[in-house]
Amino acid sequence: MLNLEVMSGSLPLYAAGTLVTLKLLAGSLLAGLALALPLSIARASPRAWLSRPVWLFTYVFRGTPLLVQLFLIYYGLAQFAWMRDSIVWPWFSSAWFCCLLAFALNTCAYTTEMLAGAIAATNHGELEAARAMGMSPVTLYRRILLPSALRRALPAYSNEVIMMLHGTSLASIVTLMDITGAARDVNSRFYLPFEAFITAAAFYLALTFILVSLFHLAERRWLVHLAPRT
Amino acid sequence: MLHGYLPNILDGATVTLTVALASLAIAVILGLAGAAMKLSASRVARSVATVYTTVIRGVPDLVLMLLIFYGGQLAINELAPRLGYAGYVDINPFVAGVLTISFIFGAYLTETFRGAIMAIPAGQREAGIAYGMSQWQVFARIIFPQMVRFALPGFTNNWLVLVKSTALVSVIGLSDMMSRAGHAAGATREPFTFYLTVAALYLLITGVSNLLLGMLQKRYALGVRTASL
Repeated sequence: MLNLEVMSGSLPLYAAGTLVTLKLLAGSLLAGLALALPLSIARASPRAWLSRPVWLFTYVFRGTPLLVQLFLIYYGLAQFAWMRDSIVWPWFSSAWFCCLLAFALNTCAYTTEMLAGAIAATNHGELEAARAMGMSPVTLYRRILLPSALRRALPAYSNEVIMMLHGTSLASIVTLMDITGAARDVNSRFYLPFEAFITAAAFYLALTFILVSLFHLAERRWLVHLAPRT
Repeated sequence: MLHGYLPNILDGATVTLTVALASLAIAVILGLAGAAMKLSASRVARSVATVYTTVIRGVPDLVLMLLIFYGGQLAINELAPRLGYAGYVDINPFVAGVLTISFIFGAYLTETFRGAIMAIPAGQREAGIAYGMSQWQVFARIIFPQMVRFALPGFTNNWLVLVKSTALVSVIGLSDMMSRAGHAAGATREPFTFYLTVAALYLLITGVSNLLLGMLQKRYALGVRTASL
């Protein structure tokens, strides 16, 4: 049966890995969301010169695997001499930075589409009322569109956060010691694949449940007005 | 072009496509079985299906793939001597990849199919039964043709995610386009060129899939009236 001694002995490794996973997740989500906010406004704009470039960005990033994006940034950029000589090279030669950048751009693309969809789905009556009140476009976005769209995007965003949590496991392929990295290390040292990867799976499952319940709480706080009446 | 590596990469693309399509075929069967279990009257069937979808959707595909690849290798080699086979069994990465991906996406398709079946009014199924159709006939003649329309948007999404997750099979040593690009990049020291080629090929696959599935969606929604705003 499962070798419990190895499993409990390697728990500190997994705990350290959890910290790495959470740092990668939080960093990429924050950066991705911050970037997605202006991009989604541009994407939902009726002006083609604003929305088309953003569409192209999200199309490319949503149409290719995250692993390819990560390899393009981590291994790919080293191909260019001007890149290796530039002042940003110390960043781009670090697996941490490349992971964060790839994950952030990837989640940004999905979040942008999600938010743009929510903005476009805003009830036309709300917009007409805001315009009738004489709101400027900026006030309209700040007071009416964004608060409502951000709330309505919450359930879809929770899915994206879970997908991103799973996406961070790719960091182990470029040598970072996240939860999956810890499992691969344990497996290669003891050759106990079941123990190693089942422990990792349990950690991810626990994180998934925690994140899902956090989003349930958030929905109860910010989406009460849309909940079915009982 | 590409220092003569293009045919090699294209060979890899067919491996990738084969993995994706083979996985899809198994995943659809698993998904239909899972949806049937989730909607069945048996509590045991429902809980088995719920554990399946919850666990699979809560764990990264990479972890599941490594678990099935390395774990399966170990399990088979422990079992093989007991079944009277002496040699060492190497798990074929193609089999491990297809098994893992289909097992994962079976869980996602279970949810897609369950939602689609639930979107069909219960009266449809009951009418079929009242006509004396067998369970299978009700499914093939009444449920399936109608659920396609409800399942297609979710199915399209699942398929696109599946295609992209095939890139992971390179990690367990299958020579798909990703790992071939890696070899070519190592030999020519032009990683960007080759990974960009792979990205373009993936974009081609997902783009064409979007187009075809969109047409299919239109075809299956022909008889449905829609109102425009």
